[in-house]
Amino acid sequence: MSEPRVTARCVAIAIAAAAVVDAVSLAHAQVSSSASASILSLVIKWLPLIFSGFLLNLLVSVLSMAIGTVAGVPLGLGQIARNRLVQRCASAVTQFTRNAPWLVLLFLTMFLLPFQFRLFGHSIPFPAWIKAVIGLAIPVMGNVSEIVRGGVLSIPRAQWESAESLAFSPAQTVFKIILPQALKRMLPPWMNLYAILAMATPLIAIVGVQDGLTDVRGALVAENRTDLLLPLYATLLAMFFVYCYPIALATRALERRAEVKF
Amino acid sequence: MVEHHKLGDPIIIIKGLEKRFGETVVLREIDMVVHRGETVCIIGPSGSGKSTLLRCINALAPINKGSILVDGAEVNDPRLDKLAVRRKVGIVFQQYNLFPHKTALQNVMMAPVTVLKQDRHEVEARARALLKRVRLEDKAASYPGELSGGQQQRVAIARSLAMNPLVILFDEVTAALDPETKKEVLVTIRELAADGMTCILVTHEMAFAREIADTVYFTDGGFIVESGPPSQIFQAPQNPRTRAFLDLVL
Repeated sequence: MSEPRVTARCVAIAIAAAAVVDAVSLAHAQVSSSASASILSLVIKWLPLIFSGFLLNLLVSVLSMAIGTVAGVPLGLGQIARNRLVQRCASAVTQFTRNAPWLVLLFLTMFLLPFQFRLFGHSIPFPAWIKAVIGLAIPVMGNVSEIVRGGVLSIPRAQWESAESLAFSPAQTVFKIILPQALKRMLPPWMNLYAILAMATPLIAIVGVQDGLTDVRGALVAENRTDLLLPLYATLLAMFFVYCYPIALATRALERRAEVKF
Repeated sequence: MVEHHKLGDPIIIIKGLEKRFGETVVLREIDMVVHRGETVCIIGPSGSGKSTLLRCINALAPINKGSILVDGAEVNDPRLDKLAVRRKVGIVFQQYNLFPHKTALQNVMMAPVTVLKQDRHEVEARARALLKRVRLEDKAASYPGELSGGQQQRVAIARSLAMNPLVILFDEVTAALDPETKKEVLVTIRELAADGMTCILVTHEMAFAREIADTVYFTDGGFIVESGPPSQIFQAPQNPRTRAFLDLVL
């Protein structure tokens, strides 16, 4: 599994490059001793706003992952159900949600869901960022469904028979015997999916959610300085990297442990 | 030679059983009666349907014709609660099939606690006694991956016993073991049989079958070719096919 590793390397190189550019422009600013504020001080000035936007990205990623997982687990079990109808429907939903572009799904939920809904005579607002959570939870659901299916199918048939012969019901077999064993194998791909999701959250900026990317663009407009472009984007990039790289490392560690065990 | 105890009422009655996989008939015209306390050994060449027969008795494999009565209940009845049959019929597999994410003790305890909803403390005491019976009381906290094949197989026997079954089916349980660990498992089965547990064994251990069986069935090509006490089957086989098989393996 070298994919997260390659991604991580690229990000690391990008950050290093940005840091060099940063230093060069900083030096340039000092040499010219212009009256305008230094780039570093401007980055620090905008840091709290960008960081608060970044926190919204994280919140969206965590909630989408949670909703997508809660919906994806039964969908994945449905894919291996004995009932043909259930199995076909679950597979169809999984394939559709897995193979749709995330951005298109985001636009779809943005326009399909109302901006508010009425409940017992009260109108409850339905803010854009919550719609974005739902929009991103849909592809997560499809991917989790596949992870669950693959994990369950990786458990040998003999384990099912063994449980059956001890008079475990199908539900008891799934929840007490199969899923606990499958969980270990499902965790690394699930974490990988989360890292990909977290890195994809700036997509919500396109559909109008005030996330970290929106804040960077706002800051750039406010300062109107082209030499700020790289440092500010690099700042946001660094935040994502610091958050996602440990997840990639942990995923690799878990994968290696699983390889030794099985 | 184990002294043969008196046999009780019939608890498994198989009549005219036929089992097909698609077009292939793997079992035909099987008749068999197993009494309480009886030790039955099924011998025969590979692919003669021995293991399939055990799986039919345990309702793991549906049958196409005939009837299997386990303690008076028809296993072939679609309305039958399969789980009820499996509570009465234990099975031990060739590959042990323990639950790898549970310790030896938890493996033994799981079915009584989960399926029979018995009290956890009472089950734990019984499970420890069962592990002692198979001489593994010091391995209660070990995971299957930390045990040898013979030890895993004995845990599997204890796990089956924990359900207090009427009968235990042994499906070539020593076939995957090396000679030393094989012996531990055979000793355990011998003790069970001597204690009056009803056992049906599919086995390639001819000396063992001869020693512990009350009745031996020889199967070939999906048929029961010959059955009788071990003295008859091993010393004076009536059917030429039995004779030919025994000449090959003895």
